[in-house]
Parts: sequence; structure tokens; C-alpha cells
Amino acid sequence: MDYIIIIISAIFVNNIVLAQFLGICPFVGVSNKLSTSIGMGGAVLFVMTLATIVTWLIQTYVLTPLGIQFLQTIAFILVIASLVQMVEIILKKVSPALYGALGVFLPLITTNCAVLGVAILTIQKDFNLLEGVVYAISNAAGFALAMVIFAGIREHLDLMEVPAGMRGVPIALVTAGILALAFMGFTGIV
Amino acid sequence: MNKNLKNFTKGLIKENPVFVLLLGLCPTLGVTTSAINGLGMGLATTFVLVMSNLVVSLIKNFIPDKVRIPSFIVIIASFVTIVELLMQAYAPALFEQLGLFIPLIVVNCIVLGRAEAFASKNGIGASVIDGLGMGLGFAFALTILGGVRELLGSGAIFNIKLIPGDLMLVFVLAPGAFIALGYLIALSNKLNKSK
Repeated sequence: MDYIIIIISAIFVNNIVLAQFLGICPFVGVSNKLSTSIGMGGAVLFVMTLATIVTWLIQTYVLTPLGIQFLQTIAFILVIASLVQMVEIILKKVSPALYGALGVFLPLITTNCAVLGVAILTIQKDFNLLEGVVYAISNAAGFALAMVIFAGIREHLDLMEVPAGMRGVPIALVTAGILALAFMGFTGIV
Repeated sequence: MNKNLKNFTKGLIKENPVFVLLLGLCPTLGVTTSAINGLGMGLATTFVLVMSNLVVSLIKNFIPDKVRIPSFIVIIASFVTIVELLMQAYAPALFEQLGLFIPLIVVNCIVLGRAEAFASKNGIGASVIDGLGMGLGFAFALTILGGVRELLGSGAIFNIKLIPGDLMLVFVLAPGAFIALGYLIALSNKLNKSK
């Protein structure tokens, strides 16, 4: 039951992009096309889950026993940066097809605040490892959902006559606002 | 002197990190529920920007090119940790409000962007001025967005009530952040074009 609450709350109620404002840069930057937004969603799912597992282990077995929790930010960002590099190298060797699909998005993920954000939130919420993994996967799913919906809207938006000053990012942000308004409808279901 | 002034002012208006370069949008949207939160976040980021630009330009000749980016990230993360601890000690209320977004200054693209694009190629003085200008431009944008949202949402600015009663509460909530920023960017596009 707990897991279902975590899943629904992370995907719909506290959607990582539309309610918590994490990962806005890729959300606005690469959501022009449906296909690229699916690729980005997949890459985030992959990295976010791995990063949450590794950072949880580091926090529980290294930082906390040694009493150096204040090094959390430095330790986590280094772990994420090297993890992304490692995933890139391994994917290239093991699965060239998957690398072809996700490759271009991987370097972008290091500076995606959603990954570091979820890793820190998992620690703050005192999740155990399994809950953390479920939390990470649901958040990544929420990210992918928001990206895909938004990309679909933006593909149609390109065909509309938008006033000159509003073209591009401004109209995209206003659209995201309306989308966030729609997601607010989920408030209260958990 | 003239060049320094140019380095300083470009971040404020012409290359404003939020309204023109569209960098660092996560903290921009996440913390600007009020003008004071926006200002606090902006100043914290300014401190990190200035210090990391200073250190990067000091040691740029000793860092091998291949490990450039990881080294920059460690420098930035160290200063973010300093800000985190300082705020926790001296401004606990603001620290509570900004929450997760303080450690997330590390992944703010402006900070790494300036270290890579400016501080790693320029002298110490110019890098500090660049960091200060960009940081204050960021703080300026966040304060404006925070002020607009606070005014439209609750009728106050910097906690001073200007309009009595409840207003459009939606501007303090998540959707209002996107909508207000969208219109502010459109306005800044318009102003920059007419110049």
C-alpha cells in the first residue's frame, strides 16, 4: 500500500516537473519533438534509478557512519557525474542500439537537477533502499509523462499563429502553466 | 575600466541569465513564491558564482584540460556546501523556505557555464566582475519574478501588504510560476527588440 502511495504521489500529485520544478531545463529545451522527449525520458529513468541506489548506499554506509553528512552535496554530484560517464562507456560497448537512442542525452543529465534532487529527497524522506528505488522510478515516469504530453502540445503549437513576442519559450512556459493547473486537479487523491 | 563596466552590466540586462539566456530555470521557478525568497536565492547564487569564478581563474593553469569539468564541479560544490552551512546557521528561516534548492545550486547551469565560458579564459579581476554581474542579474530577475507573483497572489511585496484581501492565489502556486515567467520573458524580448 505504501508503495502505491509513493508511485501515485510522485507521478501525479507532486509531479517532479510541474509541481516541484526539477528538471525544467530539459523540459523546456528538448521537448520540441515527441521522439526526442521519449529518448530523454528513457535516459533519465535509467540514470535516476542507478544514481538513487548508489547515493543511498554511500549515504548509509559511508557518510552517516563517519559523521560527515555535510559532504553530501559534493559526494552526490561527483557520484552522479562519474556514473553518467560510466553508463555512457558501458552502454557503448554492451548495447550500441540503446546507446544510439539515449547517447546524446546522457551528457546533458549531469546538470539535470532532477537526478540530484531525487537523490537528496530520498535521503530526506528517510526511505529504505526499495522505497527509494520505487520513488526514483516513479519520479522518472512522472518526468517522462510531463515531457511527452508537453512535446505533443508543442508540436501542435508550432502550427499556430502566435504573437511575435510570445513565440518560442514564452508561449511554451504559459502552456506549461496551464498543464500544471491541470495536474493540480490530482491534489488530494492521496 | 570601460571593459570592466561592460562585463559587469552585460549580465544585468543584455545577457540576463534568466530572461535572455534562459539558464537556471529550476530555482527561478521553484523558490520565487515571494520577493524575499527570490532575493535570498539570488544572493546565495551570486556568492557561489563570484567565488567559483575567482578560484577557477586562479587555478586554471594548473588544471589538465581533460579533468576540467569535474574539477570545476568540485570547486562549485565546495562553495555551495559553505553557503548551505552558513545559511543554516545565520538564516534558518530562509534556509527552510529555499530547502532543496540550496544544494541544487551545484547543478545550476549558470555557475558551471560562467566557469567554463569565462573564468577559465580570463584574468582574476574580470572573472570576479563577470560573476558579480551575472549573479546580480540572476538575483534581479528572481526578485522581479518573486515580486510579481507575491503581488498578484497575495497583494504584498516584501511582506508589505499593498492590496487588501485575497487575490489570485494561483500565482503563488506552481502554475502561476510558469505563466508569470512566460509573460516576463515575452516582455523582456519586446523591450530588447525595441532598443
